[in-house]
Amino acid sequence: MRDVIVIGGGPAGLAAAISARDNGAKSVLVIERDTCVGGILNQCIHNGFGLHRFKEELSGPEYASRFAGNLENIEVLTDTMVLEVTTDRVVRAVSREQGYMELKAKAIVLAMGCRERTRGAISIPGDRPAGVYTAGAAQRYLNIEGYMVGKNAVILGSGDIGLIMARRMTLEGAKVHACVELMPYSGGLTRNIVQCLNDFDIPLYLSHTITRIHGKNRVEGVTIAKVGPDRKPIAGTEFDIECDTVLLSVGLIPENELTRGAGIPIDRRTNGAYVYENMETLSEGIFACGNVVHVHDLVDYVSAESERAGAAAAKYALGEKASGKVITVENGEGVSYTVPQYIRPDNCDKKADLFFRVRNVYSNKCITVKNGEKTVASFKREHLAPGEMEHIIIPVSLMGDAEKLTVSVEEAE
Amino acid sequence: MYDVIIIGGGVIGTAAAYELTKYDLRVALFEKENDIATGTTKANSAIIHAGYDPVPGSLTARLNVRGNELAHEICKKLDVPFKETGSVVCAFGEEDDQTVKKLYDRGIQNGVPGLRILNKEEICALEPNISEEATSALYAPTAGVISPWEYALAFAETAVVNGLELHLNEKVTDIKENTVITEKGEYEAKYIVAAAGVNCAEIEGKVREPDYVLKANKGEYFLLDKSAFGIVNTVVFQCPNKNGKGVLVSPTVHGNIIVGPNAEGSSDKTDVSTTAQGLDFVRSAAYKSVPSLNLSANIRNFAGMRANTNNEDFIIRFVSPYFLSLAGIKSPGLASAPAIAEYVCELLKEAGLKMDKKQSFTDSRKVIRFKELSPEEKSEIIKKDPAYGRVICRCETITEGEINATFKTPIPPVSIDGVKRRCNAGMGRCQGGFCAPRVLDIIHKHTGIPKEKILKDKEGSYVLSGGAL
Amino acid sequence: MANIVCIVCPKGCRLTVDEKTFEVTGNNCPRGAAYGKTELTFPTRVLTSTVKIENGEISRCPVRTNGAIPKGKMFEVMSALRKVTLVSPVKIGDVVIPNVCDTGIDVIATRNI
Repeated sequence: MRDVIVIGGGPAGLAAAISARDNGAKSVLVIERDTCVGGILNQCIHNGFGLHRFKEELSGPEYASRFAGNLENIEVLTDTMVLEVTTDRVVRAVSREQGYMELKAKAIVLAMGCRERTRGAISIPGDRPAGVYTAGAAQRYLNIEGYMVGKNAVILGSGDIGLIMARRMTLEGAKVHACVELMPYSGGLTRNIVQCLNDFDIPLYLSHTITRIHGKNRVEGVTIAKVGPDRKPIAGTEFDIECDTVLLSVGLIPENELTRGAGIPIDRRTNGAYVYENMETLSEGIFACGNVVHVHDLVDYVSAESERAGAAAAKYALGEKASGKVITVENGEGVSYTVPQYIRPDNCDKKADLFFRVRNVYSNKCITVKNGEKTVASFKREHLAPGEMEHIIIPVSLMGDAEKLTVSVEEAE
Repeated sequence: MYDVIIIGGGVIGTAAAYELTKYDLRVALFEKENDIATGTTKANSAIIHAGYDPVPGSLTARLNVRGNELAHEICKKLDVPFKETGSVVCAFGEEDDQTVKKLYDRGIQNGVPGLRILNKEEICALEPNISEEATSALYAPTAGVISPWEYALAFAETAVVNGLELHLNEKVTDIKENTVITEKGEYEAKYIVAAAGVNCAEIEGKVREPDYVLKANKGEYFLLDKSAFGIVNTVVFQCPNKNGKGVLVSPTVHGNIIVGPNAEGSSDKTDVSTTAQGLDFVRSAAYKSVPSLNLSANIRNFAGMRANTNNEDFIIRFVSPYFLSLAGIKSPGLASAPAIAEYVCELLKEAGLKMDKKQSFTDSRKVIRFKELSPEEKSEIIKKDPAYGRVICRCETITEGEINATFKTPIPPVSIDGVKRRCNAGMGRCQGGFCAPRVLDIIHKHTGIPKEKILKDKEGSYVLSGGAL
Repeated sequence: MANIVCIVCPKGCRLTVDEKTFEVTGNNCPRGAAYGKTELTFPTRVLTSTVKIENGEISRCPVRTNGAIPKGKMFEVMSALRKVTLVSPVKIGDVVIPNVCDTGIDVIATRNI
């Protein structure tokens, strides 16, 4: 029986494992399905990681190495796939070396990350040729394997990975004809619009979508159309672009098959497990952190969240269980989700961190936290956008007798 | 000189090959694509119909019912994923109720076993998620769902083991009397059996002007994630009415939910693209049967082409002394495949082909599916071959061992989709986003094909057309 | 007045830069002010890419410029990187090309291979 088993050796899993060890867990095991730890960071060779945490701009592999280099006294099984997790904290896994394993833990941390939405998820009509990839798949081919998926690309979705790939492919000699975004605003960070699209004169079509993919065997082109406020294509606005590649950067989905398999309740809003203030899921002793809980925009925040999860898992493994009353955090006007969804004030160290996303682009608004009609806390924000995760800190002293707290976007006074 | 040349490597051609290789005959099969089951066989509803739908007395009725019976046995023998889920045809109103009764009567005449008409309560008990508007339903317990491409592969692989000469990538360009002319050569045969699917008229046209009109008809589908599994337990059809045949919602044998198809006449029989209108139609029609259907769990859309003709029945007959044409094999062609194959043998025998059973015929096939193994079996197989301990396709839990095994089959894959058709790698919710680079590596290892030349599916479908850095 | 978006951090502050005095407003930190001026006078970027590596567990080694290079030199540096073949082992921070294209900036490895 181990103290803590962490499932996933990406940025979340590594930070959680290190934190569990540093908080007193004696035996910590990380299970990673790839042949090395680091997760998706290994293929994210661009810079921009670690500004918050390390006050410097690192590439993905460098950021990962800061954690991968700090795994003393942590057992790591790579090239190992977890097949099943149970709520009585049994992990079933397989690997070439160890065969079929059944491992027990006092606490489990789920850190499986997320996956990209695919063509099917958005039902792009047309032919089904080769040449349609998620941006991350193309990134792996290019940055790890050293192969270009094509020479003439159109990118659907302006998520960060898509923007980063627009620049990357351009630098490697491909022509990126356009980045097409369904929404009237970009899904990625503004800095990436500047340095990945504008720097290379790649047009960004907001409120547009791909309505058809052409090409029987390999992509030969796409039809693009403007969309109305209902996000439906407007007839008559179509135009074609010839290309051999379509990259999709249309969102990420937390990878919760193991969580679901265990029967741990999942929040439909985040597509991740419901969690308490310490990242414990609704199944006692099973914690979750990083993109498997909710999709983050910055790895720095993943690390911070995962450290909280790891520390809490260690605490649990050492016999200290969280208890006390539970406050439900509800989404008010303009808020699409919050993490955590539940706060146990007795288990907080004076404050609770709350992360959330807003539904729309807003300027000069106020984030309010209310207990019924009573405003408990409010935070001014000059700029809010769905693509940027928000963070507020609520002191426990302000929670009072609340049964639930509602977070909303309101007009600034 | 061959005894029989089969044209077409879909489920009909391969079923015929399987049946013919039971006899002491020299048989060849020509397929224009690089793999088995790349046409209509891989893009359909994947249903083994019970047989109440075809007009009593028709060839289709007979072959469907017999094909269903055979499918049950063959899938066991050849290890093809098949599940007898049963099917329901739901009525929504009085007119539909009449249709249900009519189909019941037809089914009885066709000899379909176990048919029952369900009332509202019985429908709810069987299918709790079916719309409350449902008034009655025809229940057919023998209907089932199958993996159509694995069915065809099982036929083809078994046939190859038993002596079939398989010619992939070899398109038939002409037929002169009893000689088949391809891009690569000329082959003489005592008999030619054409199972060319949507190309039936084109192939038959090389012998004589077909006496039927091909009316190729496209159907579009949604394939939903496993998280949607359980929304229906059986194949849920709607009643055919003046607005069309209705769409089905069905479990797949792989644990997904399939929804579709529409029916759209097509002037281009090679056009299997999906369309916004077609998908919208399927979407709204499906909600009629299952209002709570979660179509946002979609992982893939696809379309398939039906070889419809102006004749409702299958068109199976000699059109020259040497040429047996299997034309207009649309639904329930998949269900009928092994029965069509038997019928082909009968017709060839009648025509004078000497057909003696082989002394030894290998009539079995075994596929290791790691995720279906017990913990002990998993342990055991990884000990024997550690490649079974490395999961390559995380969505479907497909191991390197299973992918390696496909290269040791009688018809090894040559593309990423070829691997997918054989062991399901890349069939899951991420649609190969994660495993395709790894599968590509494995293909490269086994075949030595340079990575930039590896195909997604058909010729020309290069995955890495940008080349190496 | 030029309106630009600051790219020094993910915040993406909207800067207004006076084209004569290079006075910057809208920044939330001093790095933003510096960026605003540089972007108008002498725009620079950090370049990241990969180079070939032999005998490693993977065949591409990620690299980056160890500082910003002139924006106009990005493709020139890319060409220089195409000529490089590393041999494993390589450590993070190892110089792959010193003073690449006379920019005064080194290209360094960003993964241990």
